[in-house]
Amino acid sequence: MRARLLAALSAAALLLAAPARAAPDNFDQVERGRYLVVLGDCVACHMSTSGDHQGSQGFVGGRPIETPFGNIVTPNITPDRATGIGTWSADSFYRAMHEGIRPNGARLYPAFPYTYFTRMPREDTDAIFAYLNTLDPVNHAVDRNSLPFPLNIRASMLAWNGLFFEPGEFRPDPNRSAEWNRGAYIVEGPAHCGACHTPKNLAGADRSSERFAGGPLQGWFATNLTGDQRTGLGDWSADEIVEYLQKGRNARSAASGPMAEVVEYSTSVMTEADLRAIATYLKEPPAAAPASPARTALAADNAQMRAGEAIYVDRCGACHTRSGEGVARMFPRLAGSQVVQQEGNETLLRVVLQGVRAAYSPHAPTSPAMPAFGWRLNDDETAAVTTYIRNAWGNAAPAVSAADAARMRDLLRDRP
Amino acid sequence: MRRLPRKDVVIVGLGWTGAIMGHELCQAGMQVVALERGPWRDTASDFNVGTAPDELRYAIRHELFIRTAQDTVTARNTPDQTALPMRRWGSFLPGNGVGGSGVHWNGHTWRFLPSDLNIRTHYKERYGEGIFPENHMIQDWGISYDELEPYYDRFEYLCGIAGQAGNIKGEIQPGGNPFEGWRQRGYPTPPLKMQLTQDLFTKATTELGMHPFPMPAANMSQAYTNPLGVTQAPCTYCGFCERFGCANYSKSSPQTTILPVLMRHPGFEARTECEVMKVLMSADGKTATGVTYIDAQGQEWEQPADLVILAAYQLWNVRLMLYSGIGKPYDVSTGEGVVGKNYAYQANSSVNGFFDDKRFNSWAGAGALGMTCDDYQGDVFDHTGLNFVGGANINGTTFHARPISARPVPPGTPRWGSAWKKATRDNYNTTTNVGSQGSVMSYRDCYLDLDPTYKDRLGRPLLRMTFDFKPNEERMSAFVTDKMVPIMRAMGAKQIVASPKKGPWSVVPYQTTHNTGGAIMGDNPRTSAVNKFQQTWDVPNVFVLGASAFPQNAGYNPTGTVGALAYYAADAIKNEYLKRPGQPLVQA
Repeated sequence: MRARLLAALSAAALLLAAPARAAPDNFDQVERGRYLVVLGDCVACHMSTSGDHQGSQGFVGGRPIETPFGNIVTPNITPDRATGIGTWSADSFYRAMHEGIRPNGARLYPAFPYTYFTRMPREDTDAIFAYLNTLDPVNHAVDRNSLPFPLNIRASMLAWNGLFFEPGEFRPDPNRSAEWNRGAYIVEGPAHCGACHTPKNLAGADRSSERFAGGPLQGWFATNLTGDQRTGLGDWSADEIVEYLQKGRNARSAASGPMAEVVEYSTSVMTEADLRAIATYLKEPPAAAPASPARTALAADNAQMRAGEAIYVDRCGACHTRSGEGVARMFPRLAGSQVVQQEGNETLLRVVLQGVRAAYSPHAPTSPAMPAFGWRLNDDETAAVTTYIRNAWGNAAPAVSAADAARMRDLLRDRP
Repeated sequence: MRRLPRKDVVIVGLGWTGAIMGHELCQAGMQVVALERGPWRDTASDFNVGTAPDELRYAIRHELFIRTAQDTVTARNTPDQTALPMRRWGSFLPGNGVGGSGVHWNGHTWRFLPSDLNIRTHYKERYGEGIFPENHMIQDWGISYDELEPYYDRFEYLCGIAGQAGNIKGEIQPGGNPFEGWRQRGYPTPPLKMQLTQDLFTKATTELGMHPFPMPAANMSQAYTNPLGVTQAPCTYCGFCERFGCANYSKSSPQTTILPVLMRHPGFEARTECEVMKVLMSADGKTATGVTYIDAQGQEWEQPADLVILAAYQLWNVRLMLYSGIGKPYDVSTGEGVVGKNYAYQANSSVNGFFDDKRFNSWAGAGALGMTCDDYQGDVFDHTGLNFVGGANINGTTFHARPISARPVPPGTPRWGSAWKKATRDNYNTTTNVGSQGSVMSYRDCYLDLDPTYKDRLGRPLLRMTFDFKPNEERMSAFVTDKMVPIMRAMGAKQIVASPKKGPWSVVPYQTTHNTGGAIMGDNPRTSAVNKFQQTWDVPNVFVLGASAFPQNAGYNPTGTVGALAYYAADAIKNEYLKRPGQPLVQA
């Protein structure tokens, strides 16, 4: 359709005998852009609300992105002239990616991670723009002003940017390997990992001193990606990181929630060399991260632990096994699990109450699911069993209260 | 009625055969739609571990089976009786919903013996025509074991069957079934962990000169990833297989082996709660043009398609053929016609043993946890002078001891009250069983047709089943059960109760959901409804899959053979039929 439209336009141009300039064969650029769109996981936010993400439907926008300040609805980035980016130029696209400013001068909110995309060089944003222009334009208007007053005044972002944003392209570290630098570019640039995994300050900006320490996010807890042994990736080998990103699971864990989308649309489609580069970078961070607070496991005879153990044996042990070992690549290991020992208990509570489906990857299509238990465990029981899981088999993490469980139950009430 | 855009293929039913065929044809680049009259079913939501082992809901109230208000059959023993509708399932339990019977099976996954497939020729050559029972309709299948072997292998590797090979390329293997047909390689996973019953059974049968081996099981002995990349988890021996969906991804089913891949295939679409009314035919009656179906809102649709695959349960495949005018209906008075003929079943028997000093822990079981002997199976043994055709496998299984239905008490115990309770307490954990799974031959007066009186909710005649156990099957069952009693004695039972299969067949007690025949395969269009590729003789763009193709039933559970035949048909469609669409693969 798009190709036919272009053909019709160029025929008209010939008839008008306008000074036509041959467009270069930009196959290489489009392919580069297609892959950068994978690295950036653009689809996860810009896909249609129906969940259809084939072709242009991956870019029509309309999905509400939850932020602590309200929902921000993603825009249509197909080349539709009226409702998409059909009138944009490569220059204006670069400006949006690099500075967070739309062609009309309006400021974008950092829910669109221009704070990361700014690290992409011009040739990469041009390539993405070229790829987006191969899509069929879809006329799909979305409400772009869903934040409450005064945040709906986009000029307010001027001050925010002044405080928290430093534009600038990625500079490789000449003292590191090419692989490490490739990983650094992907992680800090297009893949914008810190957008979820770095805690935010009150204004919603990254706390750079707590880089990759993990934090609450959209009713989940984005895990710690530092080298911390208990809560971070300290115990993970590079191979395990690669397997997790490529297949959505490894012998320890399974991706779920927002990370399942990252795996499905982005990391499972990346080249293995890039996954290895990401792993190399994550295993050798540029600066030492502050250690997570030391924790001691709750005593086994603690009342909550005893109640939790009884529930665990009854409800959880069939799949996750009595020893918490789980079944490799099917049912996550809980003993020594990073996910269950995070400072925040959101993910664990959510998974127990609501159930969850593990990531789909074309390399590992099973996508097994954990059933919901919220219908049969009350808040006390939920708190007990999650406290037990967080403190059994050598695990150690803060206890979970019935109030935490009640809060999560409330949060989930209106969510799918 | 509204007409939908054409598809390359429409599949009726999304159980084992529909899922296998759907995946194979999507891989071949075809646009496929599957119509399933039951609901969508998925492990974590529908077989939630918190609700899946609910005996009352699933085993007693039949949650996973089609409601008789939606569909049922009428039944009788002989053609001179008036059939009555089954208003509550009993003798057999037809599945419903995505996964079909592949959701609620136990997981016994057998290959038939080579001599089961050419049974007529084989028995005639070995014993002469006189061995066959009166009024029999026993026929060869039109396919050899050697042709089917690669497809048995594919189904077993799809499922990850746990077992011990007995014959690899003609080499007899220790610990396996020495009587089985050759296989190209061993089972994909090792046997399940055996229980006390199996240990005693193995010791007893070995002492008696028999050849015990682990029953091939679709319950996972370890985690397994199949060639499609789909992973299953190890079985937990919870004992909730038959009549239940598996909560632990441990029992092979379409859900746990194919659907995670198939449902994401861009060429595939499934529509649930859509009941197919009939196959539409061209004016000359030689080509199917699609199907009509009714959705949950009562809207009727026409789905045009180039290829129609009937992949419903055996009974409903036959009924759809009768509604649609595909093939000549069988006429019992003349013996002419093919659709509905050779309905067969399974003749099972059991020997219960009551012990003093043993604790069997039978609640820790799995659907196909067992040791088996094939010494009296098929024509493994000499039938000279025995006056019957066929045989049975003999099994020491531990598949459940669920609290409502597992109440083994010795004969003479009151049916209720304190004496019954005491007998339950005394015997629940000290009783075990040896069972047999017996063949049933085909007979002129055992068949399926349309009931003249009773109709379904959509106004269509119900399927009528005319069936009884014949003297041949009673003699076979008595013979095999006599061989089981000494086993139980050697296992050490203090009291033994033998129950060989006897007629008349009753619709009430559960016996087995191994209904077979009615759209049988063969090499002759006058005596069979489909050729060996399960392509109907009369309408070459209609294929009919499943146990409806069995000309008679062997002494094994049918699913292994059903899966193998589905793969065999799929290969024929992909490699031959699509080169000449609409043409018969076998010249009549």
